[in-house]
Amino acid sequence: MSVLVYVEHADGKFKKSVYEAVSYAKAIAEQNNTNLTAISIGAVEASELNALGKYGASKVLSVNNEQLKNFVNQAYASVIAEAANAENANIVVLSNSFSGKGLGPRVAVKLKAGFVDGAIELPVVEGGKFTVKKTAFSGKAFAVTEITAENKVIALNPNAFGVKESAGSEISVEDFTPADKASDFAAVVKEIIRATDKVSLPDAEIVVSAGRGLKGPENWGMVEELASLLGAATACSKPVSDADWRPHSEHVGQTGITVSPNLYIAIGISGAIQHLAGISSSKVIVVINKDPEAPFFKVADYGIVGDAFEVVPKLIEALKAHKG
Amino acid sequence: MKILVCISNVPDTTTKITFTNDNTQFNTAGVQYIVNPYDEIALSKAISLCEGGKGSVTVINVGESSTEPTVRKALAIGADDAVRVNAAPRDAYFTAFQIAEYAKSNDFDMILTGRESIDYNGAQVAAMIGEFLDIPSVSIIKKLDYDGTTATIEREIEGGKEILTVTGKFVASCAEGVAEPKIPNMRGIMSARTKPLHVVEAKEVEQLSTIQSFQTPPPRGTVKLVPTEETEKLIDLLHQEAKVI
Repeated sequence: MSVLVYVEHADGKFKKSVYEAVSYAKAIAEQNNTNLTAISIGAVEASELNALGKYGASKVLSVNNEQLKNFVNQAYASVIAEAANAENANIVVLSNSFSGKGLGPRVAVKLKAGFVDGAIELPVVEGGKFTVKKTAFSGKAFAVTEITAENKVIALNPNAFGVKESAGSEISVEDFTPADKASDFAAVVKEIIRATDKVSLPDAEIVVSAGRGLKGPENWGMVEELASLLGAATACSKPVSDADWRPHSEHVGQTGITVSPNLYIAIGISGAIQHLAGISSSKVIVVINKDPEAPFFKVADYGIVGDAFEVVPKLIEALKAHKG
Repeated sequence: MKILVCISNVPDTTTKITFTNDNTQFNTAGVQYIVNPYDEIALSKAISLCEGGKGSVTVINVGESSTEPTVRKALAIGADDAVRVNAAPRDAYFTAFQIAEYAKSNDFDMILTGRESIDYNGAQVAAMIGEFLDIPSVSIIKKLDYDGTTATIEREIEGGKEILTVTGKFVASCAEGVAEPKIPNMRGIMSARTKPLHVVEAKEVEQLSTIQSFQTPPPRGTVKLVPTEETEKLIDLLHQEAKVI
C-alpha cells in the first residue's frame, strides 16, 4: 500500500500548488510508513521531474506520448487509476486545481475510492477512522469527512499546506506506458489561452480585491498597480462582476471563487455575508472603506476608514518606498 | 434533443450556518431553501438550447419529499418535467450514481449541472456521472455552444481558459457566465404545478465516505485601525507584524 501523487504541469513546469501536493502526499506516506510515487503526464522537462525528489517523491512515473501531451480529462483519469493499481497505491493525492476538480472524482469512481475535495489539513487516523478536514458551506464552515473505503483520493486546496522539503531524496524517473483507450479521447482540446503575466486567483498568496466603492471599471488602474507591486492576483465582489466591470473569474464569494491567501486586501467592499464566505480562510484581511460601519471591518485584521481614491495611491507610494 | 439538468436543494446564500447534535448535523431550523445558484445557470442554459421546440429539459434531484418546492421552482423556471430520486443525498458518489442510473435508462444528449453546490462545494457530481456513464465530462465551464451534434466548450483554467469540442454525449458543470439565470414568469409559475414530477426509488450503492462533524471558523480578533494620515504605516505593519509582504 503506497501513496501516489498526480503532478499537474502547466506548459511543462510545476507550480507551487503542485509542490504543496507532493509535500502533503509525502507527509501522508510517512504517516503510513510507505513510499511516495509521483505520476506526471505530458511533456515535462527532466529537470522539473528530478526536482520532485526535493519534496519527497522517491519515484516519478513519466507518461509522455503524443496523445497525452496535453490534458485530456477522461484519458488522464484512466492513466492515474492505472498507475495507482500498478503501484498498489491506495491513497492518491492531487492538487484541487480546475483540472484537478474534474479529474479527482473520475479517479475516485474508477478506484471505488472515498474522495475528499478541497482538503486543508493532513488526514487524521484515530480509532481506526481516516478523516480529513475540508471547507464547506462555501467557506462558512469546515467539514471533517471520514473515508470509509479502502481506497482514498484527496484533492488538496492550494495554499493550505505549504511546501516542505525532504532531506536528500534520490528520485528515479521511470517511463510509464498506460493502456490505450480510444474512447477516452472523445473531448478534443482545440486551444489553450493563458495570460502568463497575471497571478492566478485560486492559487494566489496575496489578493487585492475591489468592489462598488470604486464607482466604475475605469478606476481599476490603481487596483491593478497595487496588485502588480505586491505580486498579487486581482479580485472583485459580485456586483462588480455582475455589472461586467470585471470578469466572472475575479468574482470572490459564496457563488464565486473561494480564496485562501496569506493577505486579502478589500477596497470599497462592504462585506456582505456572501462575500465574507469566499474569503474566510484568508490569513490576514485588510479593509479599506470610507464607511466605518461597513460589516467587513468586523472580520478585518487591519483597516483604514477612508476614501479609497486617497488611501490606495498613498499605499502604492508607501509600497514603492518600502521596496526601493 | 433531450437535456438532463441536475439540481440540488441548498440553503439560501444569506443563511447563517450553524450545527446541532454536537456539531454533527447542519441546523435546518428556519433555513430557506433554494435551487443551487449554479444549477440555475445550468438549467437556464438548457432551456435556451431547447427553445423553439428544439428539445426538452428534464430536471433531476436526489432528495426527500421536502425538496419538492425547489423542484417545482425549477419547473417554473422552464424545465419540462422533473424526476426526484427519493433519498437524502448522502454524498456526491451516491448522488452521481443515482443520476447515472436514471440517465442509463433514459436517453439524454447532454447532462448539465452547476459547478458545485454551495453547501458542500464538492464539484464532484458532474465528473462522477461522466465516469459512471463512461462519457466525457467537462468541469467548470464558462461557455457552451451546441450545433446539434458537436458541443464547443470553454472551461476555466488557472490564468485563462481551454477550448474543447465534444461530439456525442457528455456531462458539463456550469460556472457563472454560461447563461443568465432565467426568472420564472407568471405562466411558468402556474404551469409548474401541473408539469410532471416523477418520483423514483434510489438504488443501492456502497457508502465510501461520510461527514463525521462540522466546525465553524474561529472568530477573528478586533480590527487594528490605521488613521488615513498614517496610511504608509500599514505597509510596515503588514511587513513587520503580520509578515505577509
